[in-house]
Amino acid sequence: MSRLHEHRSKALLTTVGISIPKGGLAGTAAEARALAEEIGGAVVVKAQVWLTGRADLGGIRFADDPREAEEAAASLLGTNIGSFAVEQVLVEKKLDIAEQFYAGITVDDRARAPVAIFSRAGGTGIETVAAGSPDRIARHRIDIELGLRPFEARNLARETGVHGDLLRSLGDVLPKLYRLARRVDARAAEINPLILTTDGKLIAADCRITIDDHAVYRQTDLGIEIAREFDHPATELEKIAWQVEKDDYRGTFYFIQLDRGFRSGEGVIGFHGAGGGGGMISMDAAHAAGLKVANYVDTSGNPPASKVYRAARIILSQPGIDGYFASGSGVASQEQYHSARGLIKAFLEVPLSVPAVVRLGGNGEEHALALLERAAEHLPAPLEGYGKDDPAEACALRLRELIGSYTPSEKRPSKRLTPRADKPYRFETVSGGTVTLDHKTCLDCQSKICLETCAPNILSLENGVPVLNISREEAKRGGCTECLACEVECYLHGNGGGHLTLPIEGLEAYSATEGVD
Amino acid sequence: MLVDDTTRVLIQGITGREGRARASLMKRYGTDVVAGVTPGRGGQVVEGIPVFDTVREAWEQAGPLDASVIFVPAPLVLDAALEAIDAGIRLLVIVPDRVPLYDVLEIIAAADRSNACFIGPNTLGVLNTGRAVLGMIGGQVASAQSWFLPGPVGIVSRSGGMTTSAAYYLAKEGIGTSTLVHVGGDMLVGLPLPSMVERFETDPETEAVVLFGEIGTSQEEQVADLIEAGRFTKPLIAYLGGKAAKDGTRFSHAGAIIEGGRGTYQSKISRLRGAGAHIAPSLGDIPRIVGGLLQQSDR
Ligand code: SF4
Ligand code: SF4
Repeated sequence: MSRLHEHRSKALLTTVGISIPKGGLAGTAAEARALAEEIGGAVVVKAQVWLTGRADLGGIRFADDPREAEEAAASLLGTNIGSFAVEQVLVEKKLDIAEQFYAGITVDDRARAPVAIFSRAGGTGIETVAAGSPDRIARHRIDIELGLRPFEARNLARETGVHGDLLRSLGDVLPKLYRLARRVDARAAEINPLILTTDGKLIAADCRITIDDHAVYRQTDLGIEIAREFDHPATELEKIAWQVEKDDYRGTFYFIQLDRGFRSGEGVIGFHGAGGGGGMISMDAAHAAGLKVANYVDTSGNPPASKVYRAARIILSQPGIDGYFASGSGVASQEQYHSARGLIKAFLEVPLSVPAVVRLGGNGEEHALALLERAAEHLPAPLEGYGKDDPAEACALRLRELIGSYTPSEKRPSKRLTPRADKPYRFETVSGGTVTLDHKTCLDCQSKICLETCAPNILSLENGVPVLNISREEAKRGGCTECLACEVECYLHGNGGGHLTLPIEGLEAYSATEGVD
Repeated sequence: MLVDDTTRVLIQGITGREGRARASLMKRYGTDVVAGVTPGRGGQVVEGIPVFDTVREAWEQAGPLDASVIFVPAPLVLDAALEAIDAGIRLLVIVPDRVPLYDVLEIIAAADRSNACFIGPNTLGVLNTGRAVLGMIGGQVASAQSWFLPGPVGIVSRSGGMTTSAAYYLAKEGIGTSTLVHVGGDMLVGLPLPSMVERFETDPETEAVVLFGEIGTSQEEQVADLIEAGRFTKPLIAYLGGKAAKDGTRFSHAGAIIEGGRGTYQSKISRLRGAGAHIAPSLGDIPRIVGGLLQQSDR
């Protein structure tokens, strides 16, 4: 779910004809003052952060004149509210309140439909009202094919005792709010409070809209940076991870940082789950084993090896982790050697300098485990692979044991560099990568293992070396599935002539500043 | 339940990467896949299955269709699902992830109007052990055949991986399964846990049900409601993920109003336990608990 800031949400309200207070956005105290002068009279200065209960956290200030508005803005800008930094404030005319309502649209899994909610008890205490006196809240299940019709909205308002002119205007606002919610794919759209002013107007004093993550692709006008709902502003790494996920529709990669600022030796691990359920029970298992997780990652839905590789590189970029735990449900329907190859490429490149336990049960598990075993011989830190008969709990305990008994070597292990290619044969891949087969090395290769392990079978032998049997364009369009066989299988069982460069935008720069590589 | 080897099945998006691979799994496991559809690809043959341009054409040429498994990209799911419902298909399995919420709402409305139902989106599908599979449970036919054993336990799960895992761990202890269903990982799905549990109640082949739940939504609470109302009477073994998940990503006021105290790990566990479900502390405990319950009911 992608939340919109108050000012963005309010701007959307005006597109359907719902009134909002006169005002504007300020990034500096001087701008706030200028706005207050323009508005005239008493104003409200509101920090733009994605939090409920902003008022209780001091995020909302009242000012009687432009000088006070300037002061209020100065005291808010640059501070933190919750984990969010205040970068902008909204300066708005203060309303003369006669009554406060709550008006909301939300998609409800129980009703299996959007539901319109209306209450006369608007304001910050709305949840308490809902819990304590549910009769003060009226709901209406919206028929998605008919929409919310004005008479239904009037019925809803009438249930709460509203009548007269007010009933008419409420019958107008709620259908407009629903039309907007529908248009922008809002999972929830709420106006709280919806103010009835002393001169009889309905004005949205606050508004909160949450967009369905899955629909962000068709809501390009909303300018949503990351289609994820975090309880903190997106971190640098989260932004990098989102760039990886954004344009790659093969499988899912979800990354969220749960802990930062920890140090080596505190028992915090990088966590790599596969599948929502399996990921969750594996994380539960890590906690039960006394480990803390730095992040939550899910790579699932049959992702290509390249996506798993990028996920692993991002996980390993978190400074101070003491271990790496990759674990899913245990019996996956997807081919697990793809994940094994992705992990191995990352582990070899970095290289892995903390113990890793990788639990990859499911299809192709024997192959996956054999690869991990071979790869372990090339790594400075212990790497152990487990399969479907090994419970997540046991694997988490094993990782803890490995971390406890592990002493990192004094000298930094050298990382695996891009192999030099004397006679490079190159082609590009769908996610911006490049495959390089060094035909000089390939010529001496006995196994030619790339040919039989290339998942889509696009490599053929020509004059004793592997070449594409499809065009370069086809390979780039996704013919090469980035299965990583021509690098990982080649490194472990071939002559080391194959290599993939898979760029991760921003990661190098991040590692340079964070001191991890 | 839901599917067997007499169900006549259509695959929409059969010429794509996933459609092709899973057509082979379904067919070889015993599913009667009679046709495929990809607009513009009519006349092709995939895994011996004829491909048509439209669902109507598939119905006319290949005979009546009972179920459709959809593998088209997420933005095209709504259209594909409506086409299948319009043609008269009564059961859909919507495999793709990331289907927009309002698209799912529209599919729900269309399905309700036509008396159709659907599993998913974001689902591995459903597997009737030893008879047929819709979707991709097991991934490959050899795995599906060796991992699952026919028997009396129904499995319903909000996680695809946990569906197969639970069935595999039961089979390892010699306990077989009737039908495995992954309801789908999204907040809104066609047949959520409570709907599936009700179907298991009337399924003569199912004696007990293993349920895997997660935090969020009210599906587990609704299952507890069903047990309390006497609408589900078979033994239920529940296992929930998300104990360690950070509580408190609050979605909105509306979410809080709708969900009240529901949706958290603790509330779900206590509701299910209160209703009489057996809570498995870990995945490994499931076979032991199920085994004990089956023995009890035999006596
Ligand atoms: S396995 Fe490696 S070295 Fe051998 S032919 Fe293939 S790419 Fe070249
Ligand atoms: S060329 Fe083949 S083996 Fe190499 S990454 Fe691409 S698909 Fe895999």
